[in-house]
Amino acid sequence: MKQKRKVLIKIILTTAVVFGILFLLQRLLMPKYVNDVVEGAFIAEYYQEENKDFDVIFVGDCEVYENFSPVKLWQEYGINSYIRGSAEQYIWQSYYILEDTLRYSMPDAVIFNIQSLQFNESQSEAYNRMTLEGMKWSSSKVNAILASMKEDENFLDYVFPILRYHSRWSELTFDDVKYMFSSKKVTHNGYYMRVDVKPAENVPAGRPLTDYSFGDKAWKYLKMMTELCEENGITLVLIKAPSLYPYWYDQWDEQVKDYAEENNLMYINFLELIDEIGIDYKTDTYDAGLHMNLSGAEKLSVYLGRILSEEIGIPDRRGDEELSAIWEQNIEDYEAEKERQYKYYGIQAE
Amino acid sequence: MLFTSYEFIGFAMLLLIAYYCCPKKYQWVLLLMFSCAFYYIAGPVYLIYIFITIITTYFAACMIEKNADRQSEYLKIHKAEMSKEEKKSYKLHEKHIRAGWKIGCIVINIGILAVVKYADFLIDNANSILTSFGYTGKLSFASLALPLGISFYTLQAIGYLIDVYRGTVRAERNLFKFALFISFFPQLIQGPISRFDSLSKTLYSGHTFDIKTVSYGLQRVLWGFFKKVVIADRILAGVQTIIGDIQTYNGAYAFVGMIFYTIELYADFTGGIDITIGIAQSLGITVQENFIRPYFSKSLKEYWRRWHISMCNWFRDYIFYPVSSSRLIQKVSKFSRKKFSAAIGKHLPIYISSFVVWFATGIWHGASWNFIVWGLANWFVLMVSEELEPVYLRFHNRFHLNTNFLYRLYLIGRTVMLVCCLNMFDCYSSVSDTLTAFGSMFTASNWHIIWDGALLNIGLTMADYCILLAGIILLIAVSAAGRSGGVRDKISMKPYPVRLCIWFGLFLIVIIMGAYGVGYDASQFIYNRF
Repeated sequence: MKQKRKVLIKIILTTAVVFGILFLLQRLLMPKYVNDVVEGAFIAEYYQEENKDFDVIFVGDCEVYENFSPVKLWQEYGINSYIRGSAEQYIWQSYYILEDTLRYSMPDAVIFNIQSLQFNESQSEAYNRMTLEGMKWSSSKVNAILASMKEDENFLDYVFPILRYHSRWSELTFDDVKYMFSSKKVTHNGYYMRVDVKPAENVPAGRPLTDYSFGDKAWKYLKMMTELCEENGITLVLIKAPSLYPYWYDQWDEQVKDYAEENNLMYINFLELIDEIGIDYKTDTYDAGLHMNLSGAEKLSVYLGRILSEEIGIPDRRGDEELSAIWEQNIEDYEAEKERQYKYYGIQAE
Repeated sequence: MLFTSYEFIGFAMLLLIAYYCCPKKYQWVLLLMFSCAFYYIAGPVYLIYIFITIITTYFAACMIEKNADRQSEYLKIHKAEMSKEEKKSYKLHEKHIRAGWKIGCIVINIGILAVVKYADFLIDNANSILTSFGYTGKLSFASLALPLGISFYTLQAIGYLIDVYRGTVRAERNLFKFALFISFFPQLIQGPISRFDSLSKTLYSGHTFDIKTVSYGLQRVLWGFFKKVVIADRILAGVQTIIGDIQTYNGAYAFVGMIFYTIELYADFTGGIDITIGIAQSLGITVQENFIRPYFSKSLKEYWRRWHISMCNWFRDYIFYPVSSSRLIQKVSKFSRKKFSAAIGKHLPIYISSFVVWFATGIWHGASWNFIVWGLANWFVLMVSEELEPVYLRFHNRFHLNTNFLYRLYLIGRTVMLVCCLNMFDCYSSVSDTLTAFGSMFTASNWHIIWDGALLNIGLTMADYCILLAGIILLIAVSAAGRSGGVRDKISMKPYPVRLCIWFGLFLIVIIMGAYGVGYDASQFIYNRF
């Protein structure tokens, strides 16, 4: 009996030590996305929100997380929103991230940026990782991984990221130790702020394509997203953010317009509304037209906010005390980051 | 399914669990099912080839044994009534029948191997000959896929058949058990080439779960993974850079490439065999050792007694002995004794038989001239060494060098360098590239690359070199420690926390410092190609 207990303790201790060390090493070796490449941190930040009862959810790629400011939407219209976007987030990832989001709350509206319809397969393992690793484990994450994996990827590498990041041992920095268990916030309700300016000049025209049709997989997930929203009584709004590049072809636009019409969806192509919104590509972009800077994002948010509140009827939640308190803190962080960046880039605050 | 793939690890783990949950009586059936599944995953079409080998060898062996039994029975019954001549003539007649079965079966199996492995090589040579005669037309290549492990299981099947023919083993009467002997999946990828009498002892018997056996097996697998993913796959980047561009990477680079390739080949091949033996051991099955510290050899002859032992023994037993004792070679020997000298008459059969063996070894390794030249170069060095043996002996005795540690170290170093040079033939893709690279070592004056940092631009970083250096030191230390008994036995005597640190530490090294996953080229085991 005593011998058996001894063996049992030995097994338990060994298991604890082995798995403990493996867990610590995994945490240490995984990229932290706190400096330089921060895009990998966006998806996970959502889960830190104490109140996830958002009325509007944005899903999509950089054209949502850099072009719309939830803080501005709150300040101007009292819209409680969150952006669930990450770099080159493919449509199947957006679908499963939306599915994952619906586990926590049921928004009134979902805004989906259709730029990613151009892709029918995942283009890069790095982008897959940045989007998928931040998701909490659920059937949505499993399906998102299975839908996203490229040929040379393996599902097991997502389950045990140490198998993917083991080679980072030679490039570890102090940040890897510092942020082993906690991460600093890099977005403002999913919005990635940039205040610097790089005017859009000589934007290259799109080169002619042999085939302008979107792929089957892309269509499949757009239909699934439409159905998911329909089933849950959510208004799906398709948008095309006013990013000048990558080029948005008229032929692509036609297909989205037709789809929106067939399915009674609202489709807003902001590229056609630039003057109305008041976007100036000399001052409102930080990377020559690819993405909006803070000024551009706020203009765009004011414009979209009006549509959301007046046409879709998203309620003004500024009367909700609990939410107001949360947003007060969000605004404080937002303003502080604004100041920090103005100082960093040597820009005179407006 | 590569040994180092997640799929293979999962497959082996599943087998391990199922094997010890299965009734002992049916464990071999389970092994056969897993082996068939393994082969099916590798390519369903390949099953046809291995089935043909299994069926033909099984029936030929049974017929040979049946004939031998019938012969004994007949002679026993008719012993009194037959004259000596009648007995002799009867035996000869029956022997011809058995030889017919044996040769027929060998022709079929070697024929399959020859077609799938050597057809394109022959066509390529035929095209070259046609072109040299001015023909413009070219024969098109067959481009047949090489079934997994065909070179290994074909030799294994032929070895078994000859053993049955010689009466050294009894034919296996159960077709499915025989199928398992040929298709036992851990050794399908890169050998060893097992003998029936040795493997069958543990292959078919049931095994009870024994923690020591299983953990020893898994420890061996882990050590194999260390060699493969930490050393072989890491150094591969440097080897590929150097051999991929012989114009840029000549001289000292070629020298570095030669050393790196030898390290890669050793770590890759012995690592793969460790995984094979380890998996078998964890199932309670004993697979023969294929290496005994080959780089501690003091001569090339000794090296070939320690390297790829199962292959060398196969060629010795089934080619060297039959050829050297054949009537033709005996006639040649007799003729040489008469015409030249007794010494030549004595040595000539060895030279000719060795030539045949090394030619066969070379072409078995690959269907190209560089492998043939590699085999013949080995033959040449071995024969020269054989001739110089008396001179060495006199030299050693005169200066009492055999007991001198430094001299023995010199002999080991010399053998390593000799093997490195010979390996260049199978490292580069052609004989001319090999000779160009080898020649450049003596003509180019770029030896400064060894210390000026240029070696950091061949796909290996400083961190890679540090890992490689530490890994190679560990390899040598473990090999040295193995001379005085099993390393795992020694570790098992240590207290539990020490054992845990050693094996878990090795596991972590493999997991963290292994060159695998996205970002690394998945490299097949070198011997898979054969």
